[in-house]
Amino acid sequence: MSEIHPPLIIVEGLAKTFVLHNADSAQIPVFKGLSLEVGPGECIVLAGASGVGKSSLMRSIYGNYLPTAGSVRVLHDGAYVDITTADPHQVLEVRRRTLGYVSQFLRVIPRISTLQLVMEPLLENGVAVEEARERAERLLSDLKLPQAHWDLPPATFSGGEQQRVNIARSFIREYPVMLLDEPTASLDAENRAIVVQLIRQALARGAAMIGIFHDEDVRDAVATTLFPVADFRVAA
Amino acid sequence: MNALSSRIESTPLLKVDGLTKWYGHILGCRDVSFDMRAGEVLGIVGESGSGKTTLLNCVSGKLPPSAGSIQFETSRFGMSDIYAMSEPDRRRMQREDWGFVHQNPRDGLRMRVSGGANVAEPMMSLGGRHYGKMRQATIDWLERVEFDTGRIDDRPANFSGGMQQRIQVARNLIHGPKLVFMDEPTGGLDVSVQARLLDLLRELVRDLRLAVMIVTHDMAVARLMADRLMVMKSGQVVETGLTDQVLDDPQHPYTQILVSSVLQI
Amino acid sequence: MSVQTGSNNAPERYYNYAYLDEQTKRMIRRAILKALAIPGYQVPFGSREMPVPYGWGTGGIQLTAAIVGPDDVYKCIDQGADDTTNAVSIRQFFAKVADVETTEDTSEATIIQSRHRVPEKPLKAGQVMVLQVPQPEPLRFLEPRETETRAMHAYEEYGLQYVALYERVARVGRINAGAGHPVMVEERYLMSPSPIPAFDNPKLGFSEAIYLLGAGREKRIYAVPPYTRVRSLDFEDHPFAVQTWDENCALCGADDAYLDEVVLDDQGAKMYVCSDSHHCAERREAGHVGPMAGHQLAQAEKEPAQ
Repeated sequence: MSEIHPPLIIVEGLAKTFVLHNADSAQIPVFKGLSLEVGPGECIVLAGASGVGKSSLMRSIYGNYLPTAGSVRVLHDGAYVDITTADPHQVLEVRRRTLGYVSQFLRVIPRISTLQLVMEPLLENGVAVEEARERAERLLSDLKLPQAHWDLPPATFSGGEQQRVNIARSFIREYPVMLLDEPTASLDAENRAIVVQLIRQALARGAAMIGIFHDEDVRDAVATTLFPVADFRVAA
Repeated sequence: MNALSSRIESTPLLKVDGLTKWYGHILGCRDVSFDMRAGEVLGIVGESGSGKTTLLNCVSGKLPPSAGSIQFETSRFGMSDIYAMSEPDRRRMQREDWGFVHQNPRDGLRMRVSGGANVAEPMMSLGGRHYGKMRQATIDWLERVEFDTGRIDDRPANFSGGMQQRIQVARNLIHGPKLVFMDEPTGGLDVSVQARLLDLLRELVRDLRLAVMIVTHDMAVARLMADRLMVMKSGQVVETGLTDQVLDDPQHPYTQILVSSVLQI
Repeated sequence: MSVQTGSNNAPERYYNYAYLDEQTKRMIRRAILKALAIPGYQVPFGSREMPVPYGWGTGGIQLTAAIVGPDDVYKCIDQGADDTTNAVSIRQFFAKVADVETTEDTSEATIIQSRHRVPEKPLKAGQVMVLQVPQPEPLRFLEPRETETRAMHAYEEYGLQYVALYERVARVGRINAGAGHPVMVEERYLMSPSPIPAFDNPKLGFSEAIYLLGAGREKRIYAVPPYTRVRSLDFEDHPFAVQTWDENCALCGADDAYLDEVVLDDQGAKMYVCSDSHHCAERREAGHVGPMAGHQLAQAEKEPAQ
């Protein structure tokens, strides 16, 4: 890239400590003083053993957890929005158009068909139904989800199938910034390769990503930087 | 994507400031302040007796508060304090701009007339005088809430709980309100019916860009429906924030208990 | 026609003139004046215990008692007939306690008390039509709370009344399925015209006579003064229409009167006759003949009312 692009996410001095009020106000520190930046086309992979706070960091960036200190600024509509202090409406707006999150688990909504679920993020953004359907069908075919499943709610699908629905639901929007929390956890090699392909396509169009991958093949295939979360761990 | 397609508008639709309600010396709710915007779903959670319903009744114009103000962006007069409006103006505004879905359909339906007449009533209250047009609109809405239109002329008492709630939902949406209050809308239903109805409500809220203030003690309902939550305890708001943040990383001791008390299946 | 001359019962009368005490009559007159001043508005009044049960015309009797004088000529009908038990009893009651002349002739009467009908002959200036009302509140069927129906009248929130009409159209396919069809008075107050048939509704509008309506049990008086606009509610695509019959009156041949269906035997034979007994008799006297003229029913009506 010839010109210098501003980072899409700037995390500065982030700290998270859980306080369990109903267990003698026990304090469970997770990390502190954590800073990172992600630019377009970059995929920062959070590294570290289980329990080191990777998911907590991810959730703090998404606004799902409330950080104890620090800021998470996301470039949204050409200006930085601090997720930790923005009002809920603004956070929802950033999530709707800028910041996507792919979790390990599909939070299924009862009764809604797979196709409908995948179309939903597009419909919420005002895409016409026909176009949304076309794009959803294309993505589900790419992910090799059997067409017979499309009209069924995913609640009864296998873990791998649910995971692919989840991925389709997140990648269909082409978010500028994506948080990937073990998106390939329950996938076989073939499907992992497809997801790697999707991630690379997203990076190629300039998305910024932060990911957690336990699978080393996937990690090596998509990571531009490894970020050691353990370096910011607070001794309990 | 253009910014205008945002589901939640940027200007407030409802502004509640310092709302307090005393029943004699017993506190209903104290010093509650919040804003709502068009297209936003606000969930009020808390245990029984925490003041959820008092708050809902005060805000929906049914119960004058002891102190504080409630302002609403009315179609007719713009932003107005609803208790400063004259009674006929307020009642008219409630018919035009609001809906109210009760937990018990018997509180929200007229049991002596048919389901169809219940759905058509808001149109007549707003001046509808053409039977055929209102009949057609009723049928369209019954289809929209997945109600068997063959039973349009049956009385609500002959319907199941889920069907009664569908009638209630149609009756409260047919006139195109801006804001709908819901008091445990799926409270009395069994789980499978509840899931279907919640689904339907979610879809309608998105399609109609409705603002909804929903009172529930069911955290699953709150997570599915609400963009934002207010947690109430002993008449006061103890925590407020994005739904998933409040449920996944609760800050207040009471919210932590509330969230950890949900039974897992 | 048969006119009974009022006798002077004063020496043997145990009651105050016209049964009610003077203060009560004043109270009722004040309510009547207010009702006339606000056409269609239900004026609460202190309904008294009358010597008949609620539902037998206590509202109408109190209205009559408050306005009657010895110079009046009084007619009382029940479903159009002068000769039914209730009509005869109430007529006798006022002959006794108010020294009033009674009649069956609509045009001779100055006060006509009625249950559920308005006479066929157009009323004239100077006549007062008193209607007995069981339920004065047209919205009551759908809204049981009095506080709420009062607010609805105050703020002209009458959409609910159309719900009842919607229900009728949905169930029977037409808007006026019987008696008590609600009306708007001077485009302001929604009013129940007592359970007169929809056939009689048009007679209330721009009448020369005064209409007083009284509900004894519900303790309400309301009125339609002369020359008042009265509009029966309807839908744009289901306009209000009065009942019509394929038959004419079997006795007098009338084709424009409200007809009662009379079952003659258990083989299904029936005849249609005028509901307004005096109207029918007058027409027969004038030489009008129906297909079953001379039937025993006509003979029975010749007997003078008691």
